[in-house]
Amino acid sequence: MGSYVPNTLEERKKMLQEIGYSSIEDLFAHIPEEVKLKGELNIPNGKSEFEVRREMEQIAEKNQVFKTIFRGAGAYRHFIPAMVKNVTSKENLLTAYTPYQAEISQGILQSIFEYQTMICDLTGMDVSNASVYDGATAAAEGVAMCQERKKHKALISGTVPPYVLEVVETYCFGNGMELEVIPEKDGLTDKEYLKEHIDAQTACVYIQHPNYYGNLEDAEEIGKIAHEVGAKYVMGVNPISLGVIKTPAEYGADVAVGEGQPLGLSLGFGGPYLGFMASKEAMMRKLPGRIVGETVDHNGKTGYVLTLQAREQHIRREKASSNICSNQALCALAVGVYLATMGNEGVRQAAILSMSKAHYFAEKLEEIGLTVCNQAEFFHEFVTRSEVDSDKILRALEEEGILGGYPLDEHHILWCCTEVNTKEEMDQAVHILREVQGC
Amino acid sequence: MLIFEKSRPGRGCDLLPASDVEIYLPEEKDKREQPLHLPELSEGELSRHYTELAKKSHGVNDGFYPLGSCTMKYNPKINEDMASLPGFTEIHPLQPEHTVQGCLEIIGEIENSLCEITGMDRMTLQPAAGAHGEFTGLLLIKAYHESRSDEKRTKILVPDSAHGTNPASAAMAGYKVVSIPSAPDGGVDIEKLREAAGDDVAGLMLTNPNTVGLFDKNILEITDIIHECGGLCYYDGANLNAVMGTVRPGDMGFDVIHLNLHKTFSTPHGGGGPGSGPVGCKEMLSDFLPSYLVEGEETLHLEKPANSIGEMKSFYGNFLVVVKALTYIKTLGREGIPEASRNAVLNANYMMNKLKDLYPMAYDEICMHEFVMSLADLKKKTGISAMDIAKGLLDDGIHPPTMYFPLIVDEALMVEPTETESKETLDDAIAVFRKLYELAETDPEKLHQAPVTTPVTRLDEVNAARHPHLRYAF
Repeated sequence: MGSYVPNTLEERKKMLQEIGYSSIEDLFAHIPEEVKLKGELNIPNGKSEFEVRREMEQIAEKNQVFKTIFRGAGAYRHFIPAMVKNVTSKENLLTAYTPYQAEISQGILQSIFEYQTMICDLTGMDVSNASVYDGATAAAEGVAMCQERKKHKALISGTVPPYVLEVVETYCFGNGMELEVIPEKDGLTDKEYLKEHIDAQTACVYIQHPNYYGNLEDAEEIGKIAHEVGAKYVMGVNPISLGVIKTPAEYGADVAVGEGQPLGLSLGFGGPYLGFMASKEAMMRKLPGRIVGETVDHNGKTGYVLTLQAREQHIRREKASSNICSNQALCALAVGVYLATMGNEGVRQAAILSMSKAHYFAEKLEEIGLTVCNQAEFFHEFVTRSEVDSDKILRALEEEGILGGYPLDEHHILWCCTEVNTKEEMDQAVHILREVQGC
Repeated sequence: MLIFEKSRPGRGCDLLPASDVEIYLPEEKDKREQPLHLPELSEGELSRHYTELAKKSHGVNDGFYPLGSCTMKYNPKINEDMASLPGFTEIHPLQPEHTVQGCLEIIGEIENSLCEITGMDRMTLQPAAGAHGEFTGLLLIKAYHESRSDEKRTKILVPDSAHGTNPASAAMAGYKVVSIPSAPDGGVDIEKLREAAGDDVAGLMLTNPNTVGLFDKNILEITDIIHECGGLCYYDGANLNAVMGTVRPGDMGFDVIHLNLHKTFSTPHGGGGPGSGPVGCKEMLSDFLPSYLVEGEETLHLEKPANSIGEMKSFYGNFLVVVKALTYIKTLGREGIPEASRNAVLNANYMMNKLKDLYPMAYDEICMHEFVMSLADLKKKTGISAMDIAKGLLDDGIHPPTMYFPLIVDEALMVEPTETESKETLDDAIAVFRKLYELAETDPEKLHQAPVTTPVTRLDEVNAARHPHLRYAF
């Protein structure tokens, strides 16, 4: 059995004696017998490191690691520089708690301050928080923070990923925000419907950009529609796209949120990821979660602290803007390292390569008889329609170690390419599918 | 110096190859206009920058970290190794089920172990942190009452000693929060609880051991009172590290619980996250659980509970954190899990007894895995506050205890040594605490100035909040 208790049985006995007890049981004697567990826990016996490693490796081997992935739909395989793992493995950063004791947490606080700056730079926004759980909860918090005394309606586009919509719905279950879904029309947010249903009670409009189908929305126009009635405009964005696509600020958004996973976090079967949240200055005090600010110490030296805590649960309790009590600090560190290592050129390159490869792949798939459904401009994801069953297409690819796109239904597949997909891989997939398509 | 100040135009790393396909750019109307200001540094400079940041941080590996309520135990290396296996890190969350049997096995196996440790019937791994788990658990309670058309239940009872997330989570779930005062012994005031219990109560949120580090002996009476009025009992697992193998929340009458894998099950805190806050429940609530549960014997599959409250976040939770926690459970196992708790309690009582002649304990009786001292008298006598003692500890390389929590104790310092600290470490820390007490009496000014050996001295938090400076100005 493994154990991380350093004290030997002898030492434990000595400690007990020193404080006047004869056994550890004495310390539990005051717990009423009727609630105590009778017998042992029914879990397997502890094991040596050697055995645990072997067991876990055997479990990991039951998963299939695809050498090629053309699937996104909310989680993306991008290139991750070696620097990211190296920095996030540094024990002073990895094993620290929340930086409440600022004097010995300047490294973590500074890394968050740098992260906040980079998120502001990417999105064009004024203020960023220190991150929340993931993109979907960032969307939910982004919608919630727009609620005002007489504005309790949120209009959310039907072109956001289904799980984002579900999380926003869950968060609105208790907070009094009424949700209305703007239907999808030809893969885009139905602007006519939005115009008809938006009113003075509307707190915000939320869209995702690029949307679930990869399409770029008429984002500027949707912002104008929102602002005309005094509603806030919240945009969920793919951070890699911001290397080449307009920022939420340029489209007129008041709040920008998104899934930070593409910025240096591995797929990891869905987590841990990171949700980023940024806003215009006017909404700064409505942002939920931790925020780091710059200040000075008693000697006038620059330093960083957690700040604007009057919004948070440990001060405000039930009146707090959110119950969130942590951030994804290590993931925020990873994102900061990723962005710093990639730099301006690297991020721009990742964006352009992703977009270019997706367009190449889409064109090749069209050549072998799949129809690309996107009528609007798309970034790095697109939807195809085929007469052949989605299942059949995906199985053929899987047999060759390729994870195809995400099946939306029997005939529609949502594909994704990033900078890691080579022309060779795409040509191989096309070659396999040519046969499946029967052409 | 900030990384932006070290940046020089034109520097950088060569990371991506040139395009092997024709370049495709967005139309002008969607093209980014605002230039990027990301850092431009060589790899060597980057590496030094982050080494410098690491040096200015203090983790469990840098020294004793008795941060009450946070269970800062050692983070085993094997856990990190296992969570880095490509067979876990390279798995897309939307892969077909037959290609992720290993991931499902992890989720299924840890669910079984955690249910056994806590006395619950089912558990979801989706919540990302403790507060997220609380919100999830309260939505389960809400869904339960609604399913019985019992809609008059609008209140959640929360002890005044509770963590701030408890009331905040209840409010997010749309409940009115009723604060229950603590009795003089630090436990729940039974009479006050009886007065508050009624047919408008949806549930009670409680930790046991409670936030002052004591086991509430009336626990069965407490949970009975709530059940009798038709409410449900929610267990905040923040303090589970005291009682594993001794008491199970399910046997104390709790219906729904959250755990903190980043506390009790040894996964690193990462400077504030990612954590993992699984939510367990009794059978009658399991139909309402969020996300998917792993079902099946030979071939595993994911199944959404019939009346699920929906999704709390995308996908299946902080999976790689769950991998670390399962590695820990497999290592310790049937004997090691209770052993961890028992030694956490021993270490806390050892420290408490070696300090209590100098530092008044808020409650002078056998504590569980942590204890609370009150420095109110010291402050009156010398002007030295809990904060001053905390800052003094920094100069001795010790992370301070939790300060000013719980709110019901004046000038509180809450000490949680955890089981992974040796007797020598505890003895050293005891000596430092005693030295600081003496210093408070002999040279308080010196303590007001502490810390002096850290990268910065005490920071002006008021200024930071009044004039928010939240990003670098290019």
